[in-house]
Amino acid sequence: MNFKNFKINFKNKRDLIPQVITVVFILLVIAYFTMNAQNNMGNRGISFGYGFLSQESSFDIQFSLIDYDGSHSYARAFLVGLLNTILVSVIGIFFATILGVTIGISRLSQNYLISKTAEWYVEIFRNIPLILQIFFWYFAALRALPLPENSINFYDISYLNVKGWYVPKFIWTNFNIFLYSIIAAFVVIFSLNRYAKKRRDESGKQIPTLLISLAILFILPFLTFLIGGVSLTFGIPELEQLSTTVFVYKNGVSIIPELISLALALSMYTATFIAENVRAGILGVSKGQKEAAASIGLTKGQILKLVVMPQALRIIIPPTTNQYLNLTKNSSLAAAIAYPDIVLVFAGTALMQTGRAIEIISITMFTYLSLSLSISVFMNWYNKKMAIKEK
Amino acid sequence: MKLSFLKPNKEKINNFLISGSFLIVLSLADVIINNIFDINLTAFLPEKLSYFAPILLGTIGLYLIRIEFSGNKLLDKINTNFNSNNFNAILTLLILFALIKFIPPLLNWFFFDANFLGDTKEDCSGSGACWVFIKVWLGRFVYGMYPDSEQWRINIAFIMLFLLVGASFFVPAKVKKYFILFLLFIYPIIGLKLISGGDFGLKYIETGAWGGLSLTFIVSAFALILCFPIGMFLALGRRSDLPAIRYSSIGFIELWRGVPLITVLFMSAVMFPMFLPDGTYVDKLIRVLIAITLFEAAYMAEVIRGGLQALPKGQYEAAKSLGMGYWKMHFLIILPQALKLVIPGIANTFLALVKDTPLIFVVGLLELAGMVNLAKTNPKWLGMAMEGYVFAGLVFWIICYVMSRYSQNLEKKLSTER
Amino acid sequence: MMKSIKNWILIIFASSLLIACGQQGGGSGGKKSKTLDNTKKAGFVKCGVSQGLPGFSNADASGNWTGIDVDVCRAVAAAVLGDADKVKYTPLSAKERFTALTSGEIDVLARNTTWTLSRDADIGLTFVGVNFYDGQGFMVRKNSGINSVNDFKNGISACTNTGTTTELNMRDFFNSKNIKYEPIAFEKADEVVQAYDAGRCDTYTTDKSGLAAQRTKMSNPDEHKVLPETISKEPLGPVVRQGDSVWEDIVRWSLNTMIEAEEYGVNSSNASSLKESDNPAIKRLVGAEGELGAAFGLDNEWSLRIIEQVGNYGESYKKHIADTGILPNRGPNELWTKGGILYVPPAR
Repeated sequence: MNFKNFKINFKNKRDLIPQVITVVFILLVIAYFTMNAQNNMGNRGISFGYGFLSQESSFDIQFSLIDYDGSHSYARAFLVGLLNTILVSVIGIFFATILGVTIGISRLSQNYLISKTAEWYVEIFRNIPLILQIFFWYFAALRALPLPENSINFYDISYLNVKGWYVPKFIWTNFNIFLYSIIAAFVVIFSLNRYAKKRRDESGKQIPTLLISLAILFILPFLTFLIGGVSLTFGIPELEQLSTTVFVYKNGVSIIPELISLALALSMYTATFIAENVRAGILGVSKGQKEAAASIGLTKGQILKLVVMPQALRIIIPPTTNQYLNLTKNSSLAAAIAYPDIVLVFAGTALMQTGRAIEIISITMFTYLSLSLSISVFMNWYNKKMAIKEK
Repeated sequence: MKLSFLKPNKEKINNFLISGSFLIVLSLADVIINNIFDINLTAFLPEKLSYFAPILLGTIGLYLIRIEFSGNKLLDKINTNFNSNNFNAILTLLILFALIKFIPPLLNWFFFDANFLGDTKEDCSGSGACWVFIKVWLGRFVYGMYPDSEQWRINIAFIMLFLLVGASFFVPAKVKKYFILFLLFIYPIIGLKLISGGDFGLKYIETGAWGGLSLTFIVSAFALILCFPIGMFLALGRRSDLPAIRYSSIGFIELWRGVPLITVLFMSAVMFPMFLPDGTYVDKLIRVLIAITLFEAAYMAEVIRGGLQALPKGQYEAAKSLGMGYWKMHFLIILPQALKLVIPGIANTFLALVKDTPLIFVVGLLELAGMVNLAKTNPKWLGMAMEGYVFAGLVFWIICYVMSRYSQNLEKKLSTER
Repeated sequence: MMKSIKNWILIIFASSLLIACGQQGGGSGGKKSKTLDNTKKAGFVKCGVSQGLPGFSNADASGNWTGIDVDVCRAVAAAVLGDADKVKYTPLSAKERFTALTSGEIDVLARNTTWTLSRDADIGLTFVGVNFYDGQGFMVRKNSGINSVNDFKNGISACTNTGTTTELNMRDFFNSKNIKYEPIAFEKADEVVQAYDAGRCDTYTTDKSGLAAQRTKMSNPDEHKVLPETISKEPLGPVVRQGDSVWEDIVRWSLNTMIEAEEYGVNSSNASSLKESDNPAIKRLVGAEGELGAAFGLDNEWSLRIIEQVGNYGESYKKHIADTGILPNRGPNELWTKGGILYVPPAR
């Protein structure tokens, strides 16, 4: 490839000049910035280096999925922030997808009320900036919740108050065996589906894969309870009085209001875009497909599953993956409401305590960049795969 | 149920209509009376049954009036739209009940119990919204910390903008080009100078004092005007045959698209000054404008690239066969068509830009959302967060809804042309 | 042809960059102070203050800033520009304060900033003195039944500002007592106050002066009290960029002038009349003797202007902190001759 370009360039000297100028210009700009930065840092006595990452961080983080306190390093603080970002993104993606698909399909419903309601939902939540929605949920709605001693009570096992949503804690023994059983169940289901597809392609006979898959998904993990030594108890949140007016809940798991408002706002906002994508996808399958499928005797459910959805998915998936990426990037707004994600913890607190602006921001941007690039690569691969199938 | 006399049919239409409507009205009335007057009509039934009574009654009622092809236009319309099967009937009822339950309290909060008149928090005696808060702070919300006496400058700058944009739609095509060039290149300088002052006898107002809705408009307008040409060049660069230009364009676009806007703003506030020579100080607003412009330019480049890709190759070949060079071909033939194709995409990017402007509060510039945050923590006005956010949400919603409607209309108009 | 024009534009731009690069890099030597020159050119001192802390730096409805931190900036302006009102105040959150200083957005940071080793040595800044000796404390509701920090139990939630020494001290404190706590850190002080007020957290911790000041911003100030214990040392003082030693000295000695003036009984009303004083130290303070101003590149009335236009430390403290009811008792912020720890090097 290189040689070919080289040859062509040689032939076309006119093409060489603008390229050289562009490259030189870019190099000059980079050199200018670097020189200024070095000069400025030298003047101020600031050093440059990533060694600070192994230093003790000295600050605690409110919510962390892994073990962390101030005696751990900045690198571990970064990891905590990253995991929190991934957590809120996964929760957001999950709910946004469910909500978005529901609303997208509702918009196509024959029922006037339902389609209008869905339409207004999309119009309202799409046109209000996400940051305002986050502010509303966090500062207005969740702050209005009652104090712990007057919590909203859900059947005495879960409590909602201004400090968070307290749910029972899952206390496992031998959790890894349970995990393996779930992984094994997925492997079996996957192979089963492949086998069923092959059999259907060859002989036209169908196996009720959905029922069998569900059965496997329930039975295998259940077996681990009976014979695998796995057991599960629940830690129910209990009200504890620390002082005359201070109450906390112990024994349960608290889902902090920062996480709730962020996940809520992200889901509701992104769901509008996913709904539009789903609607475009289903509308994009030409009517002739449905008619042809009906004319060969497929039932409505079969038409949906075998003819409409595969084609609709091809239209739906690329923009929806884009929306997932947007959701992950939008989760950086957590910095505005004290949810300890990567921007607040690393590009916020750590930056302020160490002053290493360039290093920290470069790491943060690199993290987001690798995330989006990997999703872009996946999308390109998916597009190519789908394109070949289309022929 | 094989009881055929219960199945609605066309002959005994009157019977079914009357009984069905009676049941429906009964169920709706039950919910209404329950919510507004707090009386439970079905209290004589056991608790669970009384709770589900309205739904059951309503469903049976709707079932009874579900007569296919009854011949009555209104009935048929209702049946196809609301009542095509049991599932739809139940959903319709649920939505109606939810509306009955939630709309009156909302209306109460918004209008009936709300306070509109007054000057201080004490005037908000009702249980509804305290719109006094918005009224008192309205000046701040719109103009930020801009001194009251100078606000006419902002007003004039925006009136000029609207007049120019409006006029450019109506002027003949020959003059249009100059209008657009004036709008893109000369007006920003005039507008900025007018608002910041310093010369011509206008008092200098530093950018830290700009704020509120006017700042939202200023940032959005500037970013849009500036990101458009940059995005165009990036899109052209990405499709170029010259590898150096192509790869640098790709790198630039992917870099800006891959990171969230908030980190870009942090970078502009925190890192950017380090990269300038010691002592040069670039105003915060300008740094933010550059950051947002470059960020949106990357997205705009992708949108324009879509348009460029969609053009049939024949256009390029025809232009080349007429002897046009690269730039002439693009400016006269390709870009006009490509841009027309992606006007909806451009409008979407602009919409996203307006929705992204509230983020500049992280660097200390207080546009509308930032102003609401500031106002709600003022000791004299604590506890007004809900009103503030509802107001800001409404304002943004109106702006964005109008713009999205306009772009949808544009899309419809242009697609029929093709 | 368009293409060659484009090339020429690029070439010219590139060469101008090269030239700009080459011109840069001349460091400051001798009595040259870039900051001083820029300040004189701009006509105002660029001062970074808080986003509204009564007593230290707070803006009223018309935009006038007052407070003891504001007075430090005004002193610098009086010394350098002759007019204490020639200051541009930039409100900054805890997050932006240091980067605003290192980037050049402000030249003096007077924002109740704690002087610590890492801040002084590691991030390119220099602390030039202490204008308020403080300590960190906790605030709780009066009816909470908590009367001392020993009453804190496991599970308590504490709100504070992120990126401050209070965040780190809080951790050290709770760890030393083996109490499991929930740290909730916001960027803006106003948000912290709101969260505490709404009950999101059980206690609010920051410098005791901050606690006293922020209490006035709560919905019911009388419902809250500050616990008696002080868990850390918080010397608050102004900060400047590293690398401009002349500017550093100007700010340092402007603050010292205010304190020394109180020591010798010189205040804003009697300063000019004391030019005939018998005490040579007083005469130096009011500029009647010596050429101290030349050491910074200023004229000799620099200290007189500070005392006349801003007042001495005692006047400043009284007006902003004592009379407003925030902290009537000066505590350690009293002259060393009167039992406090304000002791500054002599101006000679």
